[in-house]
Amino acid sequence: MSITSTSPDRRPDLRPTGSGRWADPLFRAIALAAGVSVLLVLGLMIGSTARDAWPVFEYQGFVSFFTSSEWNAGSSRGEFTGVYGAFAFIYGTLVSSAIAIAIALPLALAISLYINRIAPRRFRQALSYTVELLAAIPSVVYGLWGLLFFSPVVLQPISRVLIGTFGNVPLIGWLFEGPARNVNYFIAGNVLAIMILPIITAIAREVMAQTPEDQIQAAYGMGATDWEVMRRVIVKRSFPGIVGATMLGLGRALGETIAVAMLIGGQQRWGASLFFSGQSMAGHIASTFQDAAPETVDALIAVGVGLFVITVIVNVLARLLVWRIGRVAGDAAL
Amino acid sequence: MSDTLIQTDRPRVSLREVDAHTRRRRGRSSLARILLSLGMVVAIVPLALILAEVTRRGLPALDWEFLTQIQPGARRDGGGYVHGIIGSAYMVGFATLVSVPVGILAAIYLTEYGRGWLPRIIRFFTDVMTGVPSVFVGLFIYALLVRGAFGFGAIVGAAGLAVLMLPIIVRSSEEMLKLVPEDQRAASIGLGARKWQTIMRVVLPSAAPGLVTGAMLAVARAAGETAVLLLTALGSLQVVSQLQGTPIASLTLLIYRGARQPFPAGQQRAWAGALLLMLIVLVLTLAARFVTARWGNRR
Repeated sequence: MSITSTSPDRRPDLRPTGSGRWADPLFRAIALAAGVSVLLVLGLMIGSTARDAWPVFEYQGFVSFFTSSEWNAGSSRGEFTGVYGAFAFIYGTLVSSAIAIAIALPLALAISLYINRIAPRRFRQALSYTVELLAAIPSVVYGLWGLLFFSPVVLQPISRVLIGTFGNVPLIGWLFEGPARNVNYFIAGNVLAIMILPIITAIAREVMAQTPEDQIQAAYGMGATDWEVMRRVIVKRSFPGIVGATMLGLGRALGETIAVAMLIGGQQRWGASLFFSGQSMAGHIASTFQDAAPETVDALIAVGVGLFVITVIVNVLARLLVWRIGRVAGDAAL
Repeated sequence: MSDTLIQTDRPRVSLREVDAHTRRRRGRSSLARILLSLGMVVAIVPLALILAEVTRRGLPALDWEFLTQIQPGARRDGGGYVHGIIGSAYMVGFATLVSVPVGILAAIYLTEYGRGWLPRIIRFFTDVMTGVPSVFVGLFIYALLVRGAFGFGAIVGAAGLAVLMLPIIVRSSEEMLKLVPEDQRAASIGLGARKWQTIMRVVLPSAAPGLVTGAMLAVARAAGETAVLLLTALGSLQVVSQLQGTPIASLTLLIYRGARQPFPAGQQRAWAGALLLMLIVLVLTLAARFVTARWGNRR
């Protein structure tokens, strides 16, 4: 037994050097700093906006800010002279998002089930890519397309039919009061539905795909039809994930800015009809920011803080629901 | 087997024959299949409509002049979005330079060093940050930087875009670093490499295609972003080369303003801008998908 002492042919750049003693902790510290910077940015975000919004809440009153629907921008530099009630915008945000969810959720479930259970296997990947392409299209392109094509050509005729059919029905007639202008809650809601469809679909599809094949085959073995398997096994089992996916979609719809600003109407009031041309929180910030006096900018930041709180609550709940199932790879890119 | 236990008036039926209840269930199932397929079609229609309409209206105006000239008055024909293209390139470029290294380093922390409660918190809030409305990010940069000392301009616009890109890059990079086999790290350590050497020379090169993918998706997102820039870059009618202090245009801002004015010439330019923007974003997205697919298969 002879001991060979030839050292292996090592790459010189992998050989530890003296500097390694401090390089390792240094590298770790840099990586840690980068990781913490995410929290830092989030903290700064909350801190600096809250600081600017606070005087507005104090001036207008916290409750009044969120429940009054009178918004009268002041033009002062150092003090508050306007009236800032954001309810009309909160209402617009909620209504347009509700319309979006009402349309996108059933469609997303249909697509997810179709891709998972009905589509020929070799088309599945291509179909999910196609739906996810909707998420890649920039918001401003949706706005342009909605404003100059989708609303006048497709949605206006539908609106007229809806108004004509339901406008005089007792109890729900007030929701369908016309006439519908080219931009209103309904138009914004429909375009939002298209925008959040890929988000809900991507997560619902992945969650559904995790259904154990055993359970599906067991259900078929008991004589269940395709539809019964989908409804009673797949959808039932994926329910928390679907709720989480819907809330992620809702979060996106609530915060969506440019497309909504272009499509929701622009009046700083609210109306009960789905076809009222109102304004959303994000849309109001984007539309009036440019001409706003310093005091009004503070009020807009306050509106933004309100919007941030709502979307963060929705997002945290959604993440908690989706996280229980496991993070879905790639959904950040949507 | 003629002596059946239960005497019925009905003739014996074969197992293949089904009763009314089962028929109803099967009917419902077929109907559901048809409806779900219809849902799929309904979802594809908007995509087709957008691609077709933007191409149809944008293509005639998307010419050399559009790429090299600035916009004349809104009513006048011709001209282009060169000031927006330059502005977008500026801001997306700077945002990428900042957010990609920081994001990848943060992802390295999460995958290579992350133990205990801090990484879990970072991970969770990164996910939450992907859902923060972009207009709020704009307000944040405005409150912190624009109003403070810097004024409107390219650098603050880039800062806003970087904040939007950061969580996307952290999340996607983390997923990609997780795919690097543990064996490769062990082999590197076994050869005597230090941890930082392992990460820089083994883990990162191995995950490089995936990291590029994540960065491309983030760039695509930033290129299409409008709300943040509305509050930080503000927009301009001229070519701006200063980094900071002067409001600067972006492709998206020009589309936003062009779409909202009533003159056909301006709207025409907005369609051309939308087509250009969509091409950039779709190419980035599809390239990212392609790289992931190729790379994923190899693993």
